[in-house]
Amino acid sequence: MEPVKVRIEGLEVHYASKRALHGVHLEVNTNEVLALIGPSGCGKSTLLRALNRMNEVLPGVKQRGSITLEGDRIDQMDVVELRRRVGMVFQRSNPFAKSIFENVAFGLRIAGLTSTSELAGRVEQSLVQAALWDEVKDRLGDSALALSGGQQQRLCIARALAVQPEVVLMDEPASALDPIATARIEELIHELKTRYTIVIVTHNMQQAARVSDRTAFLYMGELVEVGRTETIFTNPSMKRTEDYVTGKFG
Amino acid sequence: MPGHTDKAFERDLQTLRDKLLAMGARAEAMIAESVLCLAERDSRLGKHVIASDAEVNRLEVEVDDLCRRVLALRQPAASDLRFITTALKIVTDLERVGDLAVNIAERAIDLNDAQPMPIYGDLPHLAQLAQTQLKDSLDAFVAGDAAKAEALLGRDELLDALFLKLFNDLLQLMMEDSKHVRRATNLVFVAKHLERIGDHALNIAEMVIYMVRGTDVRHPLSRELHRAHAS
Amino acid sequence: MTLGARFALGRLFERLTALAAALIVLALGVVLVDVLRDGVGVVSWRFFVDEPGAGPTEGGIFPAIFGTVALTLVMTIIVMPLGVGAALYLHEYASPTSRLAGLARAAVHHLAGVPSIVYGLFGLGFFVHALGGALDAATGQALKWAQPGLLWAACTLAVLTLPTVIVATEEALRAVPSEVRLASLALGATRAQTLGRVVLPAAAPGILTAAVLAVSRGAGEVAPVLLTGVASWLPDLPGSLSSQFMHLGFHAYVLATQSPDVDAARPALAGTVAALLVLTFLLNLVAIVLRARLRRGMEAS
Repeated sequence: MEPVKVRIEGLEVHYASKRALHGVHLEVNTNEVLALIGPSGCGKSTLLRALNRMNEVLPGVKQRGSITLEGDRIDQMDVVELRRRVGMVFQRSNPFAKSIFENVAFGLRIAGLTSTSELAGRVEQSLVQAALWDEVKDRLGDSALALSGGQQQRLCIARALAVQPEVVLMDEPASALDPIATARIEELIHELKTRYTIVIVTHNMQQAARVSDRTAFLYMGELVEVGRTETIFTNPSMKRTEDYVTGKFG
Repeated sequence: MPGHTDKAFERDLQTLRDKLLAMGARAEAMIAESVLCLAERDSRLGKHVIASDAEVNRLEVEVDDLCRRVLALRQPAASDLRFITTALKIVTDLERVGDLAVNIAERAIDLNDAQPMPIYGDLPHLAQLAQTQLKDSLDAFVAGDAAKAEALLGRDELLDALFLKLFNDLLQLMMEDSKHVRRATNLVFVAKHLERIGDHALNIAEMVIYMVRGTDVRHPLSRELHRAHAS
Repeated sequence: MTLGARFALGRLFERLTALAAALIVLALGVVLVDVLRDGVGVVSWRFFVDEPGAGPTEGGIFPAIFGTVALTLVMTIIVMPLGVGAALYLHEYASPTSRLAGLARAAVHHLAGVPSIVYGLFGLGFFVHALGGALDAATGQALKWAQPGLLWAACTLAVLTLPTVIVATEEALRAVPSEVRLASLALGATRAQTLGRVVLPAAAPGILTAAVLAVSRGAGEVAPVLLTGVASWLPDLPGSLSSQFMHLGFHAYVLATQSPDVDAARPALAGTVAALLVLTFLLNLVAIVLRARLRRGMEAS
């Protein structure tokens, strides 16, 4: 068993009057890919955003319970520091209206890095890791908005990787992409696993089955079951999980 | 249990179940007829068994096609996935049972052309046991009854012991008088086929246990050895 | 109703709407043709660069052009930080339930509906008398600030154009996808960094459009400056922010109503109006070009 990277204990999240998550206990191991699955509104995205405190951006969110990153409580951490350590990739690719280079360099500049050579090195390294370098190395100054959808999403991954996070959160990273671009993202996730811990939310169960080591199933704000992905998809122990993965929700 | 949200998927699974059952019923009937062919010295029954094999073969192809289609189009998971993979394996066993019934019928026809020979009391017993095993395994499959399948596993030794006894008796007969050799050999084959049918029933039962519980009960010894070796 | 009748009704309605659209084009065309025909005689280089002569038909309109440009420039400098700041607060910081934001939004909508002469009265009362008076009292000067002047007219126009700027800027901010803000925050940027480095650069073309819209609106308004700083005849260019100034719009009004011989003043009037129209058209053209560029940028994403 890999050492625990993130530990979630008794997590409860409320939006205004609605309870989004309740009594969630979950551990994320170092260098694993953990998939969060469940029907819409089950709380999987809320759980994901709790890990880098992005829920705080929304008004009226209340949270109880504890989340620790390598043993340190994240609610006591400087949020900037936390988000540097826990990066995020969103559902819709959202590059800034800047050049490819400046997109990747953004987090580094925010963190106060100014050395041009260091920036260039880190940008290249991140683009290589995100499997985009070969496609863009000759046009780093071009607008990021001119890239294709799949390239934009890989650029967003590169942007998240540039600040060298330990954990990468992915919120349905391929849901807006065609099958080939999706396959590339999935391939990328396999490669990134060796360096990063990845938590991915997906509506696509086959995708969860393909990319993740472990899968957690959430339903109506509760964690129903978490286990090895193979087990969840061949022999889940909870009836709700079984009904969900076989398509018996109505 | 709620059905699948996708009704076409639900229908595919039902069709698959029906086809497997039809195949099982056909195979059971073929065994019964082939044994009767021998007991009643009625070769017409044997010819009917041989003719019936075509239907079992056709059903095998159909079940295979349907399984492949469901796998390709629906990406089944959990119990559905276990059902499909089980179906794919059971269908092979049932097809083999049909072939074995045909073999028995052929031997019976050959025997029916010769002088009658006292059939040893153990042969009908063996035939009956093999049929029961197959029927029970199919019942367990239909009902998703792992306990029934488990009960069946223990009875295979009885079948094996009975076959061994029959084999020794027939060997004895051959040694006593060489003019019995052809017929006795035929009977040995029949007994062996019945014992094999029992083995196929056993395979089906093991798959049913996997399908219901998600645990593989096959070859526990070999797996333990491998695990001990690996660690 | 038969199918044929329904089709006929549909065609009738289509023609009525087309007629309405044609009337607008016609109205603009009549104004343009009329102004250009009357004005073409006086429109010369000298007309634009000369100061006015003794009578309304003599000399040029340069001080009016200069006054109009200076006025809108000062107005822009005042209104942009205020309007963009307010829009930023309303759109980026205020929570949807904030009472201040609700009040501010209501105020913006009501401001947009106030007749422009009311702005003039407000400017006279608040800027000239109250603010100017206080300024004079504080600096010990007599009647330097407490009289109509360029600054107070610009302030009044700024209040008038504030709703335009706020609404257009909010529109530009809304056009920046919220995912982009989230991405910046998720990279460890603070709210202010997100605004400064991501949101404002992305909204810049839209904010620029807001500025041009405000300028073109402000340049054409006469009523608010009537009481707050405009002069009917002033050959000298305004020397300071407290100076009075000439204005194209007001000059046109004066030529049309205050001259002893209205017919003699007609060519000068037409020339003045033409100058005002050209100025406004130029500003609108800039707005259109900027907006087209913004839209192209958004299509690329």
